Amino acid sequence: MYDIVIGLEIHVEMKTKTKLFCGCSTEFGAAPNTQVCPVCLGLPGTLPQVNKEAISLAIRAGGVFGSTIQPISQFSRKNYMYPDLPKAYQITQYQEPICTGGGVEVMREGERVMIQLERIHIEEDPGKLMHPEYEFYSLADYNRSGIPLIEIVTKPDLRSPEEAVEFLKALRTQLDFAGISDCRMDQGSMRCDANISLKEPGTEVLGTRVEIKNINSFREVQKALEKEVKRQSDLLRFGEGDKIVQETRKWDAGKGRTIPMRSKEDAEDYRFFDDPDLPVIQLTQDQIEAAQADLPTETAIQRRERFQSSYGLSEEEATKLTEDAVLARLMDQAGEGHVDPRKVATWILTEGLRLYRSGEGFRVDAVTLLDLMETVESGELSHSAAKQVFEYVWEKGGSVVDAIQFLGLKQNSDQDELTILIAKIMAENPQAVLEIKAGNGKAFGFLMGAVMKQTRGTANPKIAKSLIEAELEKTK
Amino acid sequence: MEVIERLFSEIMKKERSIGAFLSLDIEGALKQIEEAERCGGALSGIPLGIKDNIAVKGQPLTCASKMLMSHKASYDATVIERLRKSGAWFIGKTNMDEFAMGGSTENSAFQNTRNPVDLDYVPGGSSGGSAAAVAAGMVPGALGSDTGGSIRQPAAYCGIVGLKPTYGRVSRYGLVAFASSFDQIGPMTQTVEECEQIFSVIAGADEKDPTCDGAYYQIQKQKMDFSTLRVGVVSEIEKMGIAPSVLAAYQKLVEEFREVGAIVEEVDFLLPSEAVSVYYVLSSAEASSNLGRFDGIRYGIKGEGASVEEEMRASRAAGFGLEVKRRVLFGTHVLSAGYQDQVYKKAQRYRATLKNRMKELFSSHDLFLMPTTPTPAFRLGEHSDDPMGMYLEDAFTVPASLTGIPALSIPYGKSELGLPIGMQIMAAHGQEETIFQAVKGLESKNGIFGRRDQDV
Repeated sequence: MYDIVIGLEIHVEMKTKTKLFCGCSTEFGAAPNTQVCPVCLGLPGTLPQVNKEAISLAIRAGGVFGSTIQPISQFSRKNYMYPDLPKAYQITQYQEPICTGGGVEVMREGERVMIQLERIHIEEDPGKLMHPEYEFYSLADYNRSGIPLIEIVTKPDLRSPEEAVEFLKALRTQLDFAGISDCRMDQGSMRCDANISLKEPGTEVLGTRVEIKNINSFREVQKALEKEVKRQSDLLRFGEGDKIVQETRKWDAGKGRTIPMRSKEDAEDYRFFDDPDLPVIQLTQDQIEAAQADLPTETAIQRRERFQSSYGLSEEEATKLTEDAVLARLMDQAGEGHVDPRKVATWILTEGLRLYRSGEGFRVDAVTLLDLMETVESGELSHSAAKQVFEYVWEKGGSVVDAIQFLGLKQNSDQDELTILIAKIMAENPQAVLEIKAGNGKAFGFLMGAVMKQTRGTANPKIAKSLIEAELEKTK
Repeated sequence: MEVIERLFSEIMKKERSIGAFLSLDIEGALKQIEEAERCGGALSGIPLGIKDNIAVKGQPLTCASKMLMSHKASYDATVIERLRKSGAWFIGKTNMDEFAMGGSTENSAFQNTRNPVDLDYVPGGSSGGSAAAVAAGMVPGALGSDTGGSIRQPAAYCGIVGLKPTYGRVSRYGLVAFASSFDQIGPMTQTVEECEQIFSVIAGADEKDPTCDGAYYQIQKQKMDFSTLRVGVVSEIEKMGIAPSVLAAYQKLVEEFREVGAIVEEVDFLLPSEAVSVYYVLSSAEASSNLGRFDGIRYGIKGEGASVEEEMRASRAAGFGLEVKRRVLFGTHVLSAGYQDQVYKKAQRYRATLKNRMKELFSSHDLFLMPTTPTPAFRLGEHSDDPMGMYLEDAFTVPASLTGIPALSIPYGKSELGLPIGMQIMAAHGQEETIFQAVKGLESKNGIFGRRDQDV
């Protein structure tokens, strides 16, 4: 076994209304090249204008992770030519980033460990290329060109692929809670590159470092890192450690492996230099404080522990709920409004997670969820009917009352009506009746199920149960 | 309509021998004039020539490069917006050295421009088209751009007035970047008064250019009090190997300042020969980055190739001329790993030192006088195979470029061959006011520069 050493570079799109250096919208999903202007297209003669909101959000990010905000920082040009980069240089920060230091806590063998950050800097996103299959051309979409990013660089402090994923999840919730980014890996608003090397246990000498790019989801992060650990340790074990070269490899999610992209020798010389178009960013203490006003101070771990202690949740439940800012926020809102927060958690984690896709928003708000739970607890709705209402509200919105009305799901406690129905069902299923009499409990469930099915879940289960029992008595 | 036709036919008559323009907006002229007259500003109805690296919406923007042969500007530069509001209109785009790299306009990919004073001579550059158009009387004024002397040197060669403003006083938005920390747009006119007038329209902070935070400019009305004006002059200028006619002109200008009562002091401002090298290192480095965008992918000429990289390579090989390639290569080299510290950063340190020395100089002086160029204009083709010879012509103009201070070139006398000579008046950062006050003060006593009957 070798010790694993991982460092991450995470690119996160900030939630500004407009791009980093022009007034174009940052809205995701617009038709190609409809959110562009001479500046973000890099047309000859244009100049960048810094978006103050982006600077504020970056300062906020520094606040979230306890970084030092630099009073003076600077934009630099990273020069390389590629069709998605309209100026042939990316405006980024190089020697003087806006934030340095800071960290994010993760749990390692039951202990809290601080994963240190090297830096956080601001940069612009390039455009996006599409390569239609079987065509001899590529298409360029510059809607993304100039979207503000922060790049968060960790120190090589992570010790396993799982820990890397835990770190990323904690990072994501923190950024989401602070209103800095949605961190949606599926839309590319959060992207991750990893540096990984192995070392002999007990030594300080790091093995050769390999960079992996193009990892697009938490699951892929874990898979890619595991695969790379295996590749490197296999080579080391068989005495072929020299085959681990300093290089950049690309994660191919389809094939489930990393493939070489470029070696150290091929590494591009980006010819960084201070961008003469942009004066240095000078920040006063007042600006920094304003940007960091009402910053949530609770870390992911603290939140998880609070969920366990004040809501009485299991570690697993609390972890699931705090890994995602949307769920955590909902839990806090609804949990406060219910005598038994564990029931709220159960609703979110069962019914909620069946429909919720991370990033797309939880489409039932806290008030509606509490209303729905109330109808079940008062006996107005059966649990299965409540599920239907949940799905309906999720799809169409509106209130619980309206949904019950529309779906005709008011719980049926009409004894006469139910008695007739039950008699009919028992007549149609003599075999089941016989089996119940023979002591088969399952057959009772079968009858209950049939009643629920025919009433589309509206039958009051308690009443239905006692009515079935009464009918069985009669046939004795 | 008739007026317009007459205007353009007058221009065409001269244009045949001079070649100052790369394009003329004959079709759009009427509409432009109507709009200009509606504005009724300070420059109402005045037609201007615009160097072809400044964006005028709807007009070509070629930078005299094959690369942008068919490129048109989709927006107005800030200076153009401001001039439009003051009633000016834009008759056409003037010739230049490709991407403003050169000092004779011979690096234009399209045509040579000739000096209206003597057609065998170059008009200077890179704003040679603008200088020639003004000198020939085709337009009353023009805009040029100055990176290392590209307004002042052609103004001197053609016998007109040209101002390189303080870096940051005129917006660069819409100027195709050559060297972003040097480039400035400035006016080129026949008289100081006209120069000041255009400057007063284009100067002042612009949010579209974060490096442009300078003050707006008011036409200077109060009289210069020469008795308190401290003028620095170059000590031992006769040892600098400049042309005798230029030396004589310089001494005469110094004398003129003395006569009106200014405090003239010799300044030990050693003209550092390194300044030119430093200028070329830094400006080429920035240019190599600024010109990266011309890859043939989105606009400009497109080469053929089996891969994206090959295609870009082919576009750039075909689109750029020799001088541009030379500087992009040089600039790429000085920024690359291993050389950046030795060359680029060293040059930057030198620039910082020079800025400090300039500050010191202006702590005890209001103006500093230097010739604009060491010699008058040269013949077409004279320096074609001699880029170093061409670069040395910049020795007097690059100090103001490296330090960002304003410098006005005025026509001052003529050489034995009748070629114009230019003198440079420099002031501290942001002190164009002092320059114009002093120069207008001299004019009120001794006559208008460029209109004096002058032989040295």
